[in-house]
Amino acid sequence: MAFIDYYKILGIDKSASAKDVKNAYRKLARKYHPDLNPNNQDAKTNFQQINEANEVLSDPEKRKKYDQYGKDWQHADDFEKQKQQQSQSGGSQRVNYSGGASESDFSDFFESMFGGAGATRGRQPKYRGEDYTTEIHMDLIDAYKTHKQTLSVNGNNIRITVPAGVENGQIIKISGHGGPGVNGGPNGDLYITFTVANHPTIKRLGNNLFCNVELDLFTAVLGGEITIDTLDGKVKLKVKPETQQGTKVNLKGKGFPVYKNEGMFGDLQVTYIIKIPTNLTDKQKSLFEELAKASNR
Amino acid sequence: MQTEYLITIDEFCTKHNIEVSFINSLQQTGLIEITTIEEVGFIQTEQIQQLEKFMRFYYELDINLEGIETISHLLQRVTDLQEEITELRNKLNLYE
Repeated sequence: MAFIDYYKILGIDKSASAKDVKNAYRKLARKYHPDLNPNNQDAKTNFQQINEANEVLSDPEKRKKYDQYGKDWQHADDFEKQKQQQSQSGGSQRVNYSGGASESDFSDFFESMFGGAGATRGRQPKYRGEDYTTEIHMDLIDAYKTHKQTLSVNGNNIRITVPAGVENGQIIKISGHGGPGVNGGPNGDLYITFTVANHPTIKRLGNNLFCNVELDLFTAVLGGEITIDTLDGKVKLKVKPETQQGTKVNLKGKGFPVYKNEGMFGDLQVTYIIKIPTNLTDKQKSLFEELAKASNR
Repeated sequence: MQTEYLITIDEFCTKHNIEVSFINSLQQTGLIEITTIEEVGFIQTEQIQQLEKFMRFYYELDINLEGIETISHLLQRVTDLQEEITELRNKLNLYE
């Protein structure tokens, strides 16, 4: 375990009184407490460090050992025993205080203490387990259908049902699947954030879908029937004669499923992009010229 | 009919070693709701997580009830704003 300078963490010096420690802890805890910084991993790490520093510096006995032995303070009793044995045998050994370095990770000591609640109001305080967070990445087609997915969280496999219609950035809570509680306290919760990747041609906004469909000039002018791809398969569309560039057609119920509302769907909005023919043959050119003349151009 | 899961205030306070007056004060400020059945006060279990958060503010961070009320409103605004950011990011995808 690397040395962590608890005084530095709390922003106090070694001569700080118990009251100074308490005040410094409270001040920093108010800044970094996870309850006040939702979804902020940096704040959580900072809070763990200041909590650990407080656990040690607010306890006169632990603080004394820490001051004397630094990173090895938890083994202070062993050192004392060794010292006594050596003084009896006439030898001497100096125990060095190794300071300076600090690590972003909190120490093992804190891991054994931290459980989401810090105060000790009873003899055997119950700590709620830590909340876990994880992410599920999926594409739009996955999010379109209800499906089962297995997650590995802290070495445990959890099988969950992902309801159709989850949004990009949506967070769901699975109660009791976080870290285990301490002293009979309840387990923490698991928070899953969904990241839904963009589809190459179909865009989503809420439950509505949007796509551009290319329409050849002839169908746009004369009308006709086209087949388009949707997330639910192919759909036939009737195109009205003289359809203009950018015309929008709303297909009711062909959009995205509404989250946790089975059988309900948003709409699909199709925008026509009219494609002008290229590489015309001589015959096609002369027909267009004839058409232009007939249109008085 | 929806089933409500309740825990008595006394049981909750004994488990957490806190004063009943704290729960009553939270109710008076409108931060939690108490259900009374035959003169016994109950807390809905779905409120427990929120209640435990208020406990941490009060007992660990030494924040008074007025502070808890203010923080609670601000945290709700943070949550709303985070949701709005996600929604706007999703909207931006339409133009990417």
